[in-house]
Amino acid sequence: MTEPLLSMNALSVRSGETVLVNATDLEVAAGERVGLIGESGSGKSLTSLAVTGLLPESLRASGSVRLAGVETVGADEQVLRPLRGPVAGVVFQEPLTALDPLMRVGRQIAEPIRRHLGLRGSVLDRAVSDALAEVRLDEQRFARAYPHELSGGQRQRVAIAIALAARPRLLIADEPTTALDVTVQSEVLDLLDRLVAERDMGLLFVSHDLAVVARMTDRVLVLQHGAVVEEGAVREMLRAPQHPYTAQLVAHARVLDAALDGASGPEGAR
Amino acid sequence: MTVLEARGVDFSYGKRRILTGIDLAVEAGGSVGIVGESGAGKSTLLSLLLGLAAPGRGEIRFDGAPLVLRDRALMRRFRSSVQAVFQDPYSSLDPRQRIDRIVAEPLESLGLARGAEALERVRAALESVGLPADVSRRYPHEFSGGQRQRIAIARATVVRPRVLVADEPVSALDVSTRTQVIELINQLRADHDLSFIMVSHDLGAVAATCDRTVVLEGGRVVETGSTGGLLAAPREAYTQRLISAIPRLPSA
Repeated sequence: MTEPLLSMNALSVRSGETVLVNATDLEVAAGERVGLIGESGSGKSLTSLAVTGLLPESLRASGSVRLAGVETVGADEQVLRPLRGPVAGVVFQEPLTALDPLMRVGRQIAEPIRRHLGLRGSVLDRAVSDALAEVRLDEQRFARAYPHELSGGQRQRVAIAIALAARPRLLIADEPTTALDVTVQSEVLDLLDRLVAERDMGLLFVSHDLAVVARMTDRVLVLQHGAVVEEGAVREMLRAPQHPYTAQLVAHARVLDAALDGASGPEGAR
Repeated sequence: MTVLEARGVDFSYGKRRILTGIDLAVEAGGSVGIVGESGAGKSTLLSLLLGLAAPGRGEIRFDGAPLVLRDRALMRRFRSSVQAVFQDPYSSLDPRQRIDRIVAEPLESLGLARGAEALERVRAALESVGLPADVSRRYPHEFSGGQRQRIAIARATVVRPRVLVADEPVSALDVSTRTQVIELINQLRADHDLSFIMVSHDLGAVAATCDRTVVLEGGRVVETGSTGGLLAAPREAYTQRLISAIPRLPSA
């Protein structure tokens, strides 16, 4: 039997005595799309950071996280480095903080391609152009641009190009569209959707937004106070949530969703 | 009757035109949502409606007369009638002040109440936003985002304004807190016959609070109408694009 691409067993994350993530189990099979839903403080970002060993130094992880069969909890940089990029790529909420402000976009994309795929010279230049074209930044000027010269949506496309440069088998996306305008969000979600499908990647998609998670994933885990309270198929969970907390999340999301259909609204609330 | 209005308003920062020919009005007891994306000019328009800056052309009108920022008596009346709530409840409350001082601040600065009367109005304001009276001796950092936004709303409503102006009041909040704060705003509006103006990129929040919606794009009003009508049958291509981009839940 083959091991899942990502397999998390009883992962806990502590800050001193405080438990931030409590005994979380999670699996993502090759090509599978899994959503991690929760509100602020639920531990969803910490859970996703732990996968590639990116937790802040002040926090302690215990339990097991195996990425393509390699244990990442407690692993040192030598073990983690070859995993970051070729096995798992990560996209964060705020592309400005993920990009180097002083480096041209083309070089930032070239770096992981050079390191992990060993390309050099004109072949590398071609690979950078191809990577930018894949995220629909076709024009030559984008490779020459600095991050601050791009819009928020363009920056996130660059961050996606960097995350995918070393052809990872798993994409971890932590609130990748939360900082974007709604029309830009829609374009970036389309892009992620297409790339994940084309490359048959696994996807771990972290978000507070039920509608976005429902669009991007098939199976979801709901986190509350660092623990998984419910897990299942997205549509089924939206239709018949089992845990009271999930039911509450779905009900609140439905209020705002229904308002768009005129089903509620200021008149209805009176 | 129109309480607050923008008439033919232009605004520029230096040479950069931010707003062009904006017309917008809120009636007594009415509500208007201003929607658009980053850079559309939403927050600039709000700062003009709040009398924090003056338009380059056109005018902001309050109770049927132009708002003159130099007219101190008029502006005092304006501030007693038009109050604001901002997006980030973490930065909008002074961390060194206890909650009762924070909420009492507009009463004192506008000379509306002091001493025992001020205390009583603070207590009533906190109660009306669903916070127990014992919060008054605590500090902002002791509260969650949603509670802080309630405190900010108490501070805005303690002067019994006729217009509440809100800049993305629920955008920083979790979904469950978001709907609770929206419910609170709707409740306060109904109880006090408040007029309401809200800037938001979130059409769901606008649909849940505002009778009318104004769509801004590139500093111009591209469409305006009843919120329900605009959502059901947007006329302009930009509005259609905005609405179709909203992530929706799969139907049950």
